[in-house]
Amino acid sequence: MSVSTETKEMVTSTKPMKKRNNSPKSNSFVKHYYLMLLPGFVWVTIFCIVPMFGIAIAFQNYNPAEGIFGSEWIGLGTFEYMFVLKDTWNIFFNTLFIACLKIVGNLIVPLVFALMLNEARNMIFKRSVQTIVYLPHFLSWVILGGIILDIFSYGGPVNQLLALFGLDEPILFFAKAELFPYFLAGSDVWKEFGFNTIIYLAALTGINPALYEAASIDGANRLRMLWHITLPGIRTTAALLAVLSLGQVLNAGFDQVFNLYNPLVYSTGDIIDTWVYRVGLLDLQYELGTAVGLLKSVVGFIMIVISYSLAYRYTNYRIF
Amino acid sequence: MVKDTTMGSRIFDIVLITLLTVITISCILPIWYTFALSLSSKTAAAAGQVWLWPVDFNINSYIQLLDEGQFFKSFWISIQRIFLGGLLNFIIVAMLAYPLSKSSKDFKHRNILMWILVFTMLFNGGLIPLYLTVKSLGLINNIWALVLVAGAQGLVFNVILTVNFFRNLPKSIEESALIDGAGPWKMLIYIFIPLSVPVLATVTLFSIVFHWNEFLYGLIFMTREEFYPLQTYIQQMVIVLNPDIMNEEQLKMMAELSNRTLNAAKIFIAMIPILLIYPFLQRYFIHGITLGSVKE
Repeated sequence: MSVSTETKEMVTSTKPMKKRNNSPKSNSFVKHYYLMLLPGFVWVTIFCIVPMFGIAIAFQNYNPAEGIFGSEWIGLGTFEYMFVLKDTWNIFFNTLFIACLKIVGNLIVPLVFALMLNEARNMIFKRSVQTIVYLPHFLSWVILGGIILDIFSYGGPVNQLLALFGLDEPILFFAKAELFPYFLAGSDVWKEFGFNTIIYLAALTGINPALYEAASIDGANRLRMLWHITLPGIRTTAALLAVLSLGQVLNAGFDQVFNLYNPLVYSTGDIIDTWVYRVGLLDLQYELGTAVGLLKSVVGFIMIVISYSLAYRYTNYRIF
Repeated sequence: MVKDTTMGSRIFDIVLITLLTVITISCILPIWYTFALSLSSKTAAAAGQVWLWPVDFNINSYIQLLDEGQFFKSFWISIQRIFLGGLLNFIIVAMLAYPLSKSSKDFKHRNILMWILVFTMLFNGGLIPLYLTVKSLGLINNIWALVLVAGAQGLVFNVILTVNFFRNLPKSIEESALIDGAGPWKMLIYIFIPLSVPVLATVTLFSIVFHWNEFLYGLIFMTREEFYPLQTYIQQMVIVLNPDIMNEEQLKMMAELSNRTLNAAKIFIAMIPILLIYPFLQRYFIHGITLGSVKE
């Protein structure tokens, strides 16, 4: 009896590749797989999944002493109040507007820069440029905010420079509400364009050099090569990035806004995240803060799912 | 690239190189300016005389900074934070990615578990529920609040990158280790981790940079200045504008009262760790970006 099972096992083990998943060994592996997953899942559960249940606060008259299990449920009252508030419409509009400015800038500027860099022929020059333009991406908005606030301050270098060009009165850049969204978009593009170039450069290296040689023999100049070879070569990448950025329409960048804004520019610069921080955590209006945050999360989630499924359908892109 | 030496092409090259140089300098100039400012005298800074070179060269602002004990306390907190955060991220990412890189034939519930993780990446409960969760866990004023909350957020993205990398490793290596009798733990520690240095270095650097730069959690989970990580401390000292500012005059006055050279010194010191690991960032981040786009 025991001999026969042993032979059976030996027979199966001669072709382990096909049958591996049915062998007892593989089943004992699964137990270890769960053990490996355990700490990570506990971590994610406590800090990502448990807070999701906290959205109940948006439907309650929340009492911190009682917690979400003891507080009274009031249904959609907070949401009704939220839509009556003028602030809400304002912050949603600001968020959308700032995020869209950034999306457009962050798609176009890196593309143009990558094309320019692609045309430069000196490798050492190219490498040095790349090394430097990636740097701002790695610095925090606290650091860059501190630098930008100084440079554009009342007596700062930018105003000094403008004075040289004959401007009488220095401009108080951070008091100009009408300029603020563009200021945010501009500084964000400045910080990120170098880094965003990487993905375009990767796509550019994927273009077959034989195409350029063939075009050159046919008498095409550099502009024609750019138009007929380079641009079509990175079309898919550009389209993919555009579709994926759809998921970012409600991400106007908390860190940046929080470090650059002040009450004088709330009318155009206050976004959902900064407002939730002030109303929810500073004014302790937990219900309202949670409700607005929830609305943002839900809309953001839907946008991301749409963008991913579009990306999957048209370019076969998937995250895993 | 094909050589093209016509006149038009040469002019094109000159314009191109000039433009690229100007743009590139614009990326480094603000940082250099801050450095020059930190080495200038206060009066020169206030008079707006500092451009690209320190005026009245001195290191007073750095000496003054030495007296500010909290700056270095916060610096130390940030160092501890990136160490704990980076290490934890490395271990947990590897342990999550290995089982999840198995096919659903070998690990039946792999897909559903992966989707749960991805869902936590795409949807969140918002700032206030997060704050209340951390508070009820008793982690207020505890460095683990910073390590665990911020760490949980980039985790899933890092796992996805690593899973994709693991799946692209040659199957034959795993099979031969299996025949030699390696179990899952040995397989992970002796085969997968050593073979995945590029991706694991990338995700560890991701997490280190994120922990170093993040300031909001320090602001909301730490109620006392002595527990602030460096970025939060700088945010409070250098940036925070009085929320009561109601007109332009007040904003102007705030700017004039601030100690620009000292602020510049703080900002510059806070940049140093990033500048130190910058060569590694260069090497691995670019790798990481392109790794993400490689599929089996």
